[in-house]
Amino acid sequence: MLSPMTKKPLEHLVRAAGTVILGKDNQIRLALSCLLARGHLLIEDLPGVGKTTLAHALAQLLGLSFQRIQFTSDMLPADILGVSVFDRDSGAFRFHPGPVFTQVVLADEVNRATPKTQSALLEAMEERQVTAEGQTRPLPEPFFVIATQNPSTQIGTYPLPESQLDRFLMRIELGYPDHAAERDLLSGIDRREILASLQPCLAPDELLLHQQAARAVQVSAALIDYVQALVAQTREAPEWQAGLSPRAALALLAASRAWAWLEGRDHVLPDDVQTVLPGVACHRLHPAGENAARLSPAEVATRLIEAVPIP
Amino acid sequence: MAKSNSPAVSTSQTWWLLGAALTALVPLIPHVPPWLVALALLLLAGRALLNWTQRKLPARRWLVLLTFAGTAGVLAQFKTLFGQNPGVALLILFLALKPLEARTRRDGLAVVFLCYFLILAQFLFDQSIAAAGMMLATIVTVTAALGSLADARARAADLLRRSGVMLLQAAPFMLLLFVLFPRIQGPLWGLPRDAFSGLTGLSDSMAPGSISNLSQSDAIAFRARFAESPPRDQLYWRGPVLNDFDGRTWRIERRLPAQRLPYVPQGPAIDYEVTLEPHAKRWLFALELPGSLPPDSLMTGDYQLLAKAPVTARQRYKASSHTTMSVGLDDSEHVLQRARTLPPDFNPRTRALAASWRQQHGSDDAAVLDAAKRFFLSQGLAYTLTPPLLGQHSIDEFLFETRQGFCEHYSGAFVFALRAAGLPARVVTGYQGGETNPFDGYFTVRQYDAHAWAEVWLADNGWTRIDPTAISVPLRIEQNLAAAVPAGSNVPFMARLDLALLRELRLRLDALANNWNQWVIGYNPERQREFLDRLGMRAPDWRQMTATLAVLAGLVLLGFTAWALRQRRRTDPVQRTWIRLGRKLQRRGLPRHPWEGPLAYAGRIAVRFPESATEIGTISTLYGRLRYGKLDPVLFSELKSRVARFQP
Repeated sequence: MLSPMTKKPLEHLVRAAGTVILGKDNQIRLALSCLLARGHLLIEDLPGVGKTTLAHALAQLLGLSFQRIQFTSDMLPADILGVSVFDRDSGAFRFHPGPVFTQVVLADEVNRATPKTQSALLEAMEERQVTAEGQTRPLPEPFFVIATQNPSTQIGTYPLPESQLDRFLMRIELGYPDHAAERDLLSGIDRREILASLQPCLAPDELLLHQQAARAVQVSAALIDYVQALVAQTREAPEWQAGLSPRAALALLAASRAWAWLEGRDHVLPDDVQTVLPGVACHRLHPAGENAARLSPAEVATRLIEAVPIP
Repeated sequence: MAKSNSPAVSTSQTWWLLGAALTALVPLIPHVPPWLVALALLLLAGRALLNWTQRKLPARRWLVLLTFAGTAGVLAQFKTLFGQNPGVALLILFLALKPLEARTRRDGLAVVFLCYFLILAQFLFDQSIAAAGMMLATIVTVTAALGSLADARARAADLLRRSGVMLLQAAPFMLLLFVLFPRIQGPLWGLPRDAFSGLTGLSDSMAPGSISNLSQSDAIAFRARFAESPPRDQLYWRGPVLNDFDGRTWRIERRLPAQRLPYVPQGPAIDYEVTLEPHAKRWLFALELPGSLPPDSLMTGDYQLLAKAPVTARQRYKASSHTTMSVGLDDSEHVLQRARTLPPDFNPRTRALAASWRQQHGSDDAAVLDAAKRFFLSQGLAYTLTPPLLGQHSIDEFLFETRQGFCEHYSGAFVFALRAAGLPARVVTGYQGGETNPFDGYFTVRQYDAHAWAEVWLADNGWTRIDPTAISVPLRIEQNLAAAVPAGSNVPFMARLDLALLRELRLRLDALANNWNQWVIGYNPERQREFLDRLGMRAPDWRQMTATLAVLAGLVLLGFTAWALRQRRRTDPVQRTWIRLGRKLQRRGLPRHPWEGPLAYAGRIAVRFPESATEIGTISTLYGRLRYGKLDPVLFSELKSRVARFQP
């Protein structure tokens, strides 16, 4: 069991990632909490804002094996999961594991693949194992999928259905860097070089320990009251089309614990819940009403937060 | 409505609206023309079909056309658009049309409020317990529809439950308002009634068959509450007195009623209170003979009690009667002569018989009367609900040929015979007997208790009651109708002597309905005063009642608030410290938002008061650890003292 004092490597990790992705500390922390909570991450943003770089940097810094799958519309499930090929030497079929057999999978532009291929990945995410040709093979531990998605209004995309979106613990947006960060980016050296020079901050087993510790962060009755009030608000108030599910509430708690752990606390504060709420809740929640479509996730979350007093 | 900001009604909300409209419509179906019911149901079904198939609503011009056509139909039916029935018909038409243009929530609200209004309209027609129960169910449904407009996603069961809970919460206020709100005189519901058809009761004339018709009905004529029940053979409830005979029909004599009793009451009195069902005629019923006039009543020269206006709503009055009294000793010869008058060409045999009595006994009126009684006893007359039809000389045929009749035959023949013998006599109709309901102690008189008897004027006793039916068929008076008629006669259910269990059930229902009538429908200013008096408010006026109402309603509200606060007040002591800090900073213009977490608030404070940043950081960390982590008494007292000391 780790004590909150041992979060130093995590702080170091956040800072190191911050040298690659400039000015996006909050998103880096959210991504890391998602990983600590053993959830998968969906990054939705325009091409070129650093989605892939973030995923790559995280894998590198955590010392995890990393595979990138670029999704295209002609991709098949076997391209991800792997395929059995006849081996003439042994006279039998031999399974060639697909790119999914790795600790960090970057599923780039996941909404460009057909639903069939998407669901192959999403099933692997949920089960943490792959079943091909009647044989079940476990995926490595930890297993973490960072999927990126272009805003689905763009041409040639298959938007993930709501049930699939639910598989992701968090969905975050990176957004454009601010003026100063962009200036640093433009004047500094190539990010790919920095990426290559990054050293792992954690020993391989350490991540698992941190995940365990995050799960043990204390959640008081008052905080559960708060989470319940938030969820109840989404179910009762007319401004939401459908309320949050119990699974979403569990996800909210898990992410809040991980965030609190990252912040070096052994208990979850309402502030933690509010911080992770946009990432955890907004892709599961659809505001009703005419102006709903124009609201950003942050605005949606603010509306929800300001409607619920903290008990 | 198309450009309204109001959100659109969803499919499920439309189902609720249609359901509410239907439930509000159903109780009114018997009271509006069938074509309108059909049209309304058709329109609602059409809307339901559009909802089902998700089709577009009809264009506005069709709705305008339908509205005008429907209004024209109502106009053609009632010849007017004003008044109760056309008004309700128009409301139903609009209620059926409105969902066809209900696109937004605002339209939905209009439908719901129209439903509430129609629920009220139902009370104009029917004020029974069943109607009230039906109404309650309708209100729950309509309120649930209202709830669905506010919360589109709620499940039907939740909406119904919520609506029920809300109505239950409103119940104390309803009770208070009902009991204490100053009452106005007169029934609120009886206001504009267009017709009083279908009410049964005694009429102002009597021909063979008219009372035996009434004997088929067990509808309640009136109820009475006695201080002490009189013997059964004294239970003659006097109604219309019939003085004029045309050979077939007895009619009342039109005489100007007076506002005082035409006699001086004597002897012991029986006190009681009568609750009369509406019968659309003016007469009031009282035991022979009343010792005082109920309020707003008159009395004719032949001792008939009249209301000042037809009784079109349930009416309650106190009365006291003196059952042994000699009245009319000094009636004028004109009156007596009129009571001897007969049309010349009818019933020769009876006339001859009467003449023989007179011849035999000379001027001894009492002996003539005895002869008449003896004749009625000896003639073997049978009492039946289905008397044979009679021809021109109806009394001759009854007395000498068919010998079967009902009380109208007996009394008519008896009075005719006495008049033919020169004695002043007249027919009195009313009710005889009745029955005590064991479940509420009310004495109930039903239509089948309708009766007709005779009254004869004797020089030494004035007007004297003689009941020829009692002479021939004493069982009618001693027990009731069913005991007197031959077995197997078609007697109304409540008059029957068997089927005890069903009768008991029916009596219980009657008692329930009576309580409802007495205490809910009949809760008038007098009842209110009586009831409040019993609660200890002596002679309350409307100011006192309003004040009490306000105080009690405030108390109920306070009770609810206290309860709600208790639910919230389980504030954690640690949290209270934090709230104290918030209040402190509120005075410095930095209040805590209810949704703000400790870190966020501390951050705001630190920005505003940078010199206190460290201190507030410590406090918020302490608070977070104590409230959301583990409670440590030492740290808690530190938090308290730090908050107490904190002075930004």
